[in-house]
Amino acid sequence: MIALTRPGLSYAVFAAFVLPAMVGTAQAATLDDVRAADELKCGINTGLAGFANTDDAGNWVGFDVDYCKALAAAVLGDADKVQYVSLTGKNRFPALQAGEIEVLARNTTWTFSRDVDLGLTFVGVNYYDGQGFIGPKSLGISSAGELDGASVCIQTGTTTELNLADFFRTNNISYEPVPIETNAEARAAYEAERCDVYTSDASGLAATRATFDNPNDHMILPEIISKEPLGPLVRHGDDQWADIARWVLNALISAEELGVTQGNVEALAQKDGGSDNPEIQRMLGSEGSMGAMLGLDADWAAKAIKAVGNYGEIFARHLGPDTRLGLERGLNALYTNGGILYSPPFR
Amino acid sequence: MAAPSRTRIQQISYLWTDERLRGIAFQLLVTASLALFFAFIIWNTATNLKHAGLASGYGFLQDAASFDINQRLIDYDSTSSYGRAFLVGGLNTVLVAVLGIAAATFIGFLVGLMRLSSNFLVSRIAAVYVELTRNIPLLLQIIFWWVIILALPRVRDSISVGDVLFLNNRGVRMPQPIFEDAFQFVLALIIAGSIGTFFLARWARKRHELTGRTFPVGWSSIGLIFGLPGLSMLFLGLPVSLEIPLQGKFNFEGGFNVTPELIALWLALSLYTGAFISEVVRSGILAVDKGQIEAARAVGLPPGLRTRKIILPQALRVIIPPLTNQYLNLTKNSSLAVVIGYQDIVSIGETVLNQSGQALEVISIYMAFYLTLSLLTSLLMNWYNKRTALVRER
Repeated sequence: MIALTRPGLSYAVFAAFVLPAMVGTAQAATLDDVRAADELKCGINTGLAGFANTDDAGNWVGFDVDYCKALAAAVLGDADKVQYVSLTGKNRFPALQAGEIEVLARNTTWTFSRDVDLGLTFVGVNYYDGQGFIGPKSLGISSAGELDGASVCIQTGTTTELNLADFFRTNNISYEPVPIETNAEARAAYEAERCDVYTSDASGLAATRATFDNPNDHMILPEIISKEPLGPLVRHGDDQWADIARWVLNALISAEELGVTQGNVEALAQKDGGSDNPEIQRMLGSEGSMGAMLGLDADWAAKAIKAVGNYGEIFARHLGPDTRLGLERGLNALYTNGGILYSPPFR
Repeated sequence: MAAPSRTRIQQISYLWTDERLRGIAFQLLVTASLALFFAFIIWNTATNLKHAGLASGYGFLQDAASFDINQRLIDYDSTSSYGRAFLVGGLNTVLVAVLGIAAATFIGFLVGLMRLSSNFLVSRIAAVYVELTRNIPLLLQIIFWWVIILALPRVRDSISVGDVLFLNNRGVRMPQPIFEDAFQFVLALIIAGSIGTFFLARWARKRHELTGRTFPVGWSSIGLIFGLPGLSMLFLGLPVSLEIPLQGKFNFEGGFNVTPELIALWLALSLYTGAFISEVVRSGILAVDKGQIEAARAVGLPPGLRTRKIILPQALRVIIPPLTNQYLNLTKNSSLAVVIGYQDIVSIGETVLNQSGQALEVISIYMAFYLTLSLLTSLLMNWYNKRTALVRER
């Protein structure tokens, strides 16, 4: 795991060596770079259960990891041709800006300033989240409004710090922020009761709670104090690469809507005897030339779905009710099922 | 220079074989290529920033920071600017550096003297401490102390010292003095006492040099600085009250809190640097000519006076330059604070960086800050070094 615990150092290295080197790489087409290296460099979390963590065999697994795999399968035809770069909340953007990675899929909230000011392009939303609080049940509180005077553990370098400051200011109550660099250390501080509650994205809290010794001793407070649309992102300036990243995500969502699964995608993609639905035919490449428009093979989407399944399958595998996290689909259900997940059409 | 009979080629080759001219030529070449190299880096970075659509400049320092800081030596809230957040972080760094330097110096001199002690146990204890702290990475020591403090009792089971001071894994909660207006008079007396002490010390030194008679400067200065203002406070009816911390729902309320992060960082920095300073002190004392000590003994100076009047003044000349290095190291090492969440300038700067995206500007602020702090320390120490060096001249 490339856990850069000294981000200051990595920034310095970034400033000294990588920025000057960008002249050579920034203009080049990212797709060509990925093909030349025959490997996709994908930025992921340093370790967050369900989203990106290592399994018993040391392989990266998770919701975000599967997006990396789908993209690699669509571009290179092999879901295993991914080099995972685990990044902290702070060094993820410099890593992407400097070209250390080609795509960042790391529970990253889509905000105006990140999209516009940091020179990044969000390609969509793969998880609609919001910031919440987790606290021991023994505290005996039922709402975040009762937290006056509490100590709150926060992971630094995220929008979380800003939402927290806003929440306490608008409710006119005081608190002591305890800012900590990584999820693991913040968790340790929370478990030692250095702070009363720990705040993060609600999905992340569920993931953290799942790893506690006694998950049932802790409760997630009902307040969701922010909108956190999480999604993958790429650098500004390469529209073709952004299109590829965007439509791989859309293909996974559309596949769920159209009933294309990991199991039936090969059968449906057949030119003869495959699906009768023209949108499925266009998406899977048995009809039209959408792959060529993206600069990819005709069966790019079929490969991606074959590798990881559709959005619903990915969610169920890593986050759903049958996993340790036990998250409901909620907002992340398809728009046809009461959620707000909605992919533009393949037309 | 060149004789008229020499050909042109000989003249040129003479330029080449002249060591001085060749040296100048090479130096010019090196300077020019260095300048070119840096010009290229700056140009390249500027071009790339523009290409990536990233704004540069220091205008962002005026924007609202929108995040909170737990340890503030000056007024700050989330509506304050990024610039003010940097100021708060800078002061936090200065705080831990000053506290650390004071403690490390004390530990260093104590352990340095202990190590030279003829008592076997004392010198062994000192040696074990030095070897243990000097050879373990500072980062681990910081985390070690942090974990130790986190293992203290929780808030509800705080260790209470006389019901006014509370110790728990969220730090040390102490009573906070609240000053009333009349305290300004006391403050003025303290300042007057300090100035008086300064002149008294000068007078006493002169008299000592002229007549050899000593004056108890130490005791009289305590009387001037603390005694007189203390008496006046009694007359003014104690214009200071203490705000005693009270157990609240989550934390203690009132009083002020020293965070576990500050304590852990301070302990680790002082103990680590103290070990290095003790070696500096030891080498300085060993550098004093043996004859000096024997002479002091021969004229019958008691051991304490021998150390204070004969050994230390001479040892200081050797000690101060490497001591300055240790002070600079301590200040710079304080940036490791970021691991345990002590909000120093680096920790706050990284939050600012993450929110504003101004990587190069933030790094340049770090550099300017540490450079200024280091140069100030060096300046002060050089001035002190000159003073101790002058003693030798007399």
